[in-house]
Amino acid sequence: MEALAWLQSMLGHEFIRDAFVAGTGVALASGVAGYFLLLRGQVFAVDALSHVAFTGALAALAAGVSELVGLLAATILVAVVLSLLATEARARDVVTGSLFAWVLGLGVLFQSVYVTTRSTGNGAAGVHVLFGSVFGIGPPQTVITVVVGIAMALAVLLLARPLLFATIEAGAAAADGVPVRALGTAFLVLVAVITAEAVQVVGALLILGLIATPAAIAQRLTARPYRAMATSAGVAILAVWVGLGISYAVPVMPPSFAIIGLLFGTYVALVAAPRLRRLRPEMHE
Amino acid sequence: MAIADLAEQLLRYAFMRNAFAAGTAVAVLAGVIGWFVVLRGETFAGHTLSSVGFPGAAGAVLFGLPQLLGLAVLCTASALGIASLGRVAEGDRYGAPAAIGTIQAFALALGFLFASLYRGLLNGVNGILFGTLLGITQAQVVLLAALAVLSICAMAVISRPLLYVSIDPDAAASAGIPVKALSVAFLVLLALSVAATTLITGALLTFALLVMPAAAAQQLVTRPPVAVLLSVALGVAIVWLSLATAYLTDYPIGFFVTSFGFVVYLLSRGVRRLSLA
Repeated sequence: MEALAWLQSMLGHEFIRDAFVAGTGVALASGVAGYFLLLRGQVFAVDALSHVAFTGALAALAAGVSELVGLLAATILVAVVLSLLATEARARDVVTGSLFAWVLGLGVLFQSVYVTTRSTGNGAAGVHVLFGSVFGIGPPQTVITVVVGIAMALAVLLLARPLLFATIEAGAAAADGVPVRALGTAFLVLVAVITAEAVQVVGALLILGLIATPAAIAQRLTARPYRAMATSAGVAILAVWVGLGISYAVPVMPPSFAIIGLLFGTYVALVAAPRLRRLRPEMHE
Repeated sequence: MAIADLAEQLLRYAFMRNAFAAGTAVAVLAGVIGWFVVLRGETFAGHTLSSVGFPGAAGAVLFGLPQLLGLAVLCTASALGIASLGRVAEGDRYGAPAAIGTIQAFALALGFLFASLYRGLLNGVNGILFGTLLGITQAQVVLLAALAVLSICAMAVISRPLLYVSIDPDAAASAGIPVKALSVAFLVLLALSVAATTLITGALLTFALLVMPAAAAQQLVTRPPVAVLLSVALGVAIVWLSLATAYLTDYPIGFFVTSFGFVVYLLSRGVRRLSLA
């Protein structure tokens, strides 16, 4: 009864409701896309995209444009460039890494321009972009975020069959007439949009946790693709809900930390559990 | 004459002299370690370790400890974490990147928690993440120099077997070289040099000093000793140029380090392509 009353009081705040709604949309899309990112070995690309998101957001702020426009422009552009650049698996790491380090450096420049030239500019703007501010998301943004989140999840599901084929057997898929390269680019562009959305919830630096960790958890639980996608999305959504609740109950804890901390704990527990089980019989002997 | 004037202007203040000394020590260390990082394809791990630098430095501020200590302890701990988690996840091909990515996101989140707990730090976050010219003390310079010398000596000891292991792990293992132990030892050295680099470039931009000069050197030269020397030289040049421009223009140093590094890397790719054609 008491728990119910607590939930009711928490959801009585409009900003909390907004955070729950927007967070659910982002988590749904991140979970579904994360499954493919892990399968395709593109975790590093997400990392690059999320850093680019920081630069896009601050460039937009420095130019006085909407933050979301800057986010989307930057992430989509880089997603296309990445899918063109990455020709061999080994070069990919260094090329991606160098490019995104430079882009991040550019973001620092924009931040300093923003802080020094705009009267509304303040030094904490960068921190909000980096670590998210889901409790300050605002009603119009909430609707956009949840609609885009659901749309992106559906789009990934629409690509799922050919994408699975192209990922697991690229050669056979190409011979079968599946446009492997175009699919790869389309998928990265969807990931770019998801990344831009997720910046508002967990922040540019923590997106990797929301996208890669639920998928890694799901992959440990099931090998079947669609079940893994559903599990991954479910884990991400649950982490966002519980994380937001914890952060509401313990105000010093930033929501993004609560969300990422929960996912990290679950992952570590799942990795450690089978090892502990293996140790136990030896102890009995 | 103009150059002497410029040098006089740059080195007039103690904080700039400290920055130059610390930057040079870090660039030399990063140049050596970075070459092996690129060779071994461990750039993602290097990047993760630098993310861990953020909670290290923020936690040190929160608990009133020296930043370099916090950085070194947390980076080394997570290097060992990556080594053991990576081994657990070896069974599935995609486990290792997921494990590294998970650690990375959690580390950054932890840093943010520390920064939020220490209220005054919220503006200092920028310095820790993106580097700063200011605030490098004489004691830090001495520590960084000592760290660089020790790490390079350690690298000199393990460099031959490490090279063997990096190029042909199976042959090295059958020749009786302890592959696992060497890999862990190198990860620890990498962690220490990441900690040092973070003081100059900030936690998010260590890639610029750790990977870019090394990757450029690898494009240009194939012989290991020459390539390592070139990597060091490029790193030092990038740091000096960045410090000078940041001081003269008043824009953040992180922007210049990454820009000069990226330009050097792109140029080296261009030169290689031309020489191959």
